[in-house]
Amino acid sequence: MLSISNLRAEVDGNEILKGLSLEVPSGEVHAIMGPNGAGKSTLSYVLTGREGYEVTGGTATLDGEDLLALDPAERAAKGVFLSFQYPLEIPGVPALTFIRTAMNAQRKARGEPEVSAPEFLKLAKATAAALKIEFDMLKRALNVGFSGGEKKRMEIFQMAMLSPRFLILDETDSGLDIDALRIVSDGVNAMRSPDRSMLVITHYQRLLDYIKPDRVHVLSAGRIVASGGPELALELEREGYDKYARAA
Amino acid sequence: MSIASALKARDPAQLPSKRDEDWRWTDLRGLLRVLPPPAGPVDLAGLGTGPFDALATQTHILAGGREAVEIVVPAQGEATLALRVVSRGEAALSTRASVRVGRGAKLRLFESYEGDAGAYVTHVGLEIVLEEGAALERIVLAADGDDGVLVSQAQVALGARAEYGQTVVTSGARRQRLETAVDHPGADAKVRLDGAYLLAGKRHADLTTVVRHLGVDGTTSQLAKGVVRDQARAIFQGRIVVEEGADRTDARMGHHALILSDQAEVDARPELLIHADDVQCAHGNTIGRLDEEALFYMRQRGLPEAAARGLLIEAFVGEVADRMWNEAAREPIRAWLAERLAG
Ligand SMILES: Nc1ncnc2c1ncn2[C@@H]1O[C@H](COP(=O)(O)OP(=O)(O)OP(=O)(O)O)[C@@H](O)[C@H]1O
Ligand SMILES: [Mg+2]
Repeated sequence: MLSISNLRAEVDGNEILKGLSLEVPSGEVHAIMGPNGAGKSTLSYVLTGREGYEVTGGTATLDGEDLLALDPAERAAKGVFLSFQYPLEIPGVPALTFIRTAMNAQRKARGEPEVSAPEFLKLAKATAAALKIEFDMLKRALNVGFSGGEKKRMEIFQMAMLSPRFLILDETDSGLDIDALRIVSDGVNAMRSPDRSMLVITHYQRLLDYIKPDRVHVLSAGRIVASGGPELALELEREGYDKYARAA
Repeated sequence: MSIASALKARDPAQLPSKRDEDWRWTDLRGLLRVLPPPAGPVDLAGLGTGPFDALATQTHILAGGREAVEIVVPAQGEATLALRVVSRGEAALSTRASVRVGRGAKLRLFESYEGDAGAYVTHVGLEIVLEEGAALERIVLAADGDDGVLVSQAQVALGARAEYGQTVVTSGARRQRLETAVDHPGADAKVRLDGAYLLAGKRHADLTTVVRHLGVDGTTSQLAKGVVRDQARAIFQGRIVVEEGADRTDARMGHHALILSDQAEVDARPELLIHADDVQCAHGNTIGRLDEEALFYMRQRGLPEAAARGLLIEAFVGEVADRMWNEAAREPIRAWLAERLAG
């Protein structure tokens, strides 16, 4: 599914990703852990095409297609979804309006017909219920005045609605209370399927108790410096990143 | 009114110029070295329908050959009227409207300024009186041409407990000024004074308002929002004066603009002049650009860049439409704004 090879990227002339390679096969969930400032969010922005993140070398493909050549909306239409570490506020645009507009834009790009209003509403109601989101909240301007946890929950709501193929969760657990963490994890787990892959960025083992990764990678100083099974996360929790900081 | 007499005498020297403090950003004398001849009679049959005909029960027209109109709503009456000001060709048009809303009466007035591609110079002078307990919602849609010059000046006087709501929506003109002066008696009267501008090309729009609170217990709420692109220029001058003794006045003013190009310009002068002690007054003025981070977020969800920009801008100015009292009028105003944004 996702294949990254020797990726280099800079921000404002500073190299942040320094030859990063990573394979996430179809149907798998991979976790990325690593110290603050290692480049985890940078990786998520490079994969989604944010301006100011300049790729200076390497490749990133989704099912063999060059992701880096596409603009952000085209990548979204191909099924790339990023749950932001810090979701943005969209003043004046009700959450539902926003998601329907996004859904139809993606469908149009894929040559599919628009979603009908009743079909959309039905899906929104069911999804909101599953994620324990008050339906009235979806009528408010997206993320405006939402608490940190509410914003994260709204990211997962959008993800469930848009049904992407490749999911990047950037610290979706931060800001969530214990119940919300479980609800959100259930929502993410419900999306696990053989033709969908996920990259889960987190600092905490607790999320990985809920969303069980197939592989765990350590990102340090712009590179993947270690990879292993779920037990690697437990080791990191015990011992920290010291050893990998030196390795990098 | 000096503009009316300048047009009548074809004497540009009588026009306001940048040397007049309140006109420093909308210089007419410097722009109009010669004034066009007076407008001849307009063929009403060839006018077509106005933007608000469907909402109003009756439509008044101000154009060449019919320069004055008088509107009276008797006490306790109710009416929904349209007033079309039609500017055609290279001609000077000086019009006047007097509007009187009787005690306890209600009026919804939809004004449209409809210009063609000609180099017209049009003046609209309005005298608006609301008697005690009367209510007027005035919606003004200014759809001028690229080469037109238009000045609209409304003088509003309110009785006790009157409610005056105004929403001005404009795409500007070669030069355009939409001015409203309200004498506010306090006395539980309420004023809402909103505006929205969407300017492109070399267009210019000037929203100028003056509200004078003369007595206790008056409320004024003002929200102006706008977007300028290309080399367009917007002016917002909002002045609220709270005279001595006008205690318990509640006056709030907001002006917020988005600048979408380096050559576009917004000049804002919000002023609160408070001569009373016990008042609640606030104003906010922001001029900024579209939030690039929000744009990336929207694009990540699948919106192409132009659609993302359009949605943000539409939501930004749409707030003004949402404040209109008459819900039926919000949709056509939103549609008109959306059309300007797409164009
Ligand atoms: N505009 C910028 N100019 C210079 N450096 C930048 C800029 N933006 C980000 N960086 C740097 O890039 C590095 C990687 O940042 P990034 O946000 O990817 O880290 P992260 O691994 O997600 O950290 P965290 O765990 O704290 O979220 C940091 O050192 C950061 O300071
Ligand atoms: Mg980060």
